[in-house]
Formats: sequence, structure tokens, C-alpha cells
Amino acid sequence: MEHYLSLATKAIFVENSALAFFLGMCSFLAVSKKVETAVGLGLAVIFVLTVTTPLNQILTVNLLREGSLSWAGFPDLDLGFLTFLVLIGTIAATVQIVEMAMDRYVPTLYNALGVFLPLIAVNCAILGTSLFMAERDYTLGEATVFGFATGIGWALAIIALAAIREKLKYSNVPEPLRGLGVTFIVVGLMSVGFMAFSGIQL
Amino acid sequence: MSKEREALLDPLFNNNPIALQVLGICSALAVTIKMETALVMSLAVIFVITASNVAVSLIRNQIPPSIRIIVQLTIIASLVIITDEVLQAFVYDISKQLTVFVGLIITNCIVMGRAEAFAMQNPPKLSFIDGLGNGLGYAMILMVVAFLRELFGTGKVFGFTVLQPVNEGGWYVPNGFMVLSPAAFFLIGCFIWAVRSWKTDQIEEEFHVGALLESGHEGHIR
Repeated sequence: MEHYLSLATKAIFVENSALAFFLGMCSFLAVSKKVETAVGLGLAVIFVLTVTTPLNQILTVNLLREGSLSWAGFPDLDLGFLTFLVLIGTIAATVQIVEMAMDRYVPTLYNALGVFLPLIAVNCAILGTSLFMAERDYTLGEATVFGFATGIGWALAIIALAAIREKLKYSNVPEPLRGLGVTFIVVGLMSVGFMAFSGIQL
Repeated sequence: MSKEREALLDPLFNNNPIALQVLGICSALAVTIKMETALVMSLAVIFVITASNVAVSLIRNQIPPSIRIIVQLTIIASLVIITDEVLQAFVYDISKQLTVFVGLIITNCIVMGRAEAFAMQNPPKLSFIDGLGNGLGYAMILMVVAFLRELFGTGKVFGFTVLQPVNEGGWYVPNGFMVLSPAAFFLIGCFIWAVRSWKTDQIEEEFHVGALLESGHEGHIR
């Protein structure tokens, strides 16, 4: 239990996927103008990550590793080169299902996120988490916790950024810096803030 | 001829994928600590985006619209797999340093964005040039950021010492902040500032108090 807790804390604060690894930057910058939409996207990312990371873990261990196909009678087969394709395929399919389910059961959220839901499929945060999971040899339990915690960290970062940007509207930023430029600088400052966690040993 | 020229040069300054279209930033920041990794990453992205643009453009009339995203993703993922295998075979050390970021080219929004926005409507030759232009626009920012971070962070350029650091008997005190992740955000923010001071038509109009008072409206200010 303690192990999972420290893994989660590390993924949320110390190695925040948005602010330390720059994952999911495109939607991070594009969808952070209003807190409301940021919360929606954050929740969607948490959900998709919690589902896809363990799913990809199962596929990696049982299909893609060297010798992992021995249960099917191919002990020498190494399908490692297919990793990227399998991971992105799983993610794209999951996002499609989430999109359809959202359209059916929570149309308000679906309307608010609109075009951004398909973007989750090509959100680097989702694929990046699965790739980190594969690289670090997480077990199924660890992968679930890792996916969920990474999603929380990402959602936390985008909601905080959206809140700052809402206030930023009222400040007099130099013209060429307005919009994207100052957002980058704000994200940089947030990243400095999150670095305070990096000294924590768990 | 001018159309090709435009497709090649436009993404460099006028319509830069990173600075203006906010695409592909994910990987742009993480690999810019050293110029060597940034160069390898740039070449990989240029290859993938050019090849995917040509491939998508060649079969653009055969792709059913409803499954085009999956088709594009599969093409891009296959190209990235080739790139990854080549990198592991010939520059293993750098490929280890790039870790997951080679794989993340698949989800690099520039590649998807160009396939969707340009290659689906244009013939292969023009798509090739467009891919090259966008790849170069991406590479340019990557190299500028990596140059500044490596030079001021460690005093080196491409691994060769330019500013002799203090701990090696020189005079330069390395700016350790430059090798940390926030520095990349600040540098790109300043880069956008510089480009938009030069090309003023790229300035984003946002609501702010100054404009409100100038135009004489009574604003509702929280």
C-alpha cells in the first residue's frame, strides 16, 4: 500500500507529466482558457489514462515482450517492434468508446469538450504514460495507480493554469507577448513551483 | 513555382508550427537540453512528417473520410517504428537519451495536423514540400532553444567546450537553471515575443483592462 502511495505522489507532484515531462502540451495550452473546460478535459484525461494504462500493460506483458507469446506456442517470438502501433491503437479505440458514451449519457460535457475529445487520442500525455509504463516494467497494479495518478497530476496542472489565465485577462501584458507567449512564461513559473517537490525522497 | 516556395518558406516564420499554431510542443521541450539530441530529434521529425505527408497525399482519394484518423495514425506509427529501429541501430546512445520521445512523434500534433490539413487536399509533390517546410520550422525552434540551453547551461555547443566552465579551470559559471525544464518554457515564450515584435500581425487580441479603458467602456471588473 505504501509503495502505491509513494508511486502516486511521485507521479502527481515530483514527476508531473505536464510540467516536468512536457506531455500533452498542445491541448494543455489550447484548452486552458476557461476553468470549466479545463476541468472537463482534465476529468476526461484522468478517465482515459486509468483505463488505457492497465490495458496497455496487459497487452505489453502478454503479447509484445520477448518470449511473452510462449503461452501461444511461440517462445522465440519478439513483437517488440509493434509496441507503438499496439499502444496507439488501444488508446484510439478507448477514446472512441469514451466519446460515444459521453455523447449518449452526458451530452452537456460532450458539447463543452466538442472537438477536443478526438484530440485526447493524439494527446502525448496518454501515449507517453503508456510508454513510460512499458519502459519501467510496472505490474498491473502499479500501472493502474500510475495511470490514475498521472491523470490527476495533469488535470491539476491544467486547472491551475486555466485559473491563472482567467485572471491574466485583466493584466496589461506587452502586445507581442499576449496570448501564447505569456502563457508559456506562466507555465514556466508553475514548473518552477512544482520543482520544489523534486527534493522529496519517498 | 511560387506556390511551392510559399509551402516551404511560410512555416518557417509566418506560420511557424510551434510559435503560431501551438503544435508539437510536447516533444520540443524535453529533448532540447543538448544540441546533439535536438538535432537527431529534428531529423527524425522531418523524415516522419515529409514521408507521412507524401503517403497520405498519395492515397488521399482512396481514404474513406470516416476512418481517416485511424489510417493516418497507422501510417505515422509505422514510419515512427522505422525511425526508432534505425536510431537504435546506428545511434544507440542518443536513442537511449531520447527515451520515450521518439515514440511520441506519433502523437506529435504537427505530423497529424499537416496530414489532416494539407496532405488530404493537395498533390504529393506539394505535400512533400509542405512537410519539409513544417519539419524545418519545427527543427529551427528546437535548434535555437537547444543552442541557448546547452551554451548557457553547460558552456558547450554540440559537446565541444566554448565557454570554459569554472570547475574545469575556466571563467564561466554555468547557469544550472538552463538545463532544468522551466527554462525551455521561458525560452520559447521569449522566442514568440521576439517573432511577434517583428511580425506584428501575429499578435493575439485578448480582452484586457487597458483596451477597455481606452475604448471608454464601463467594464465589469472583478
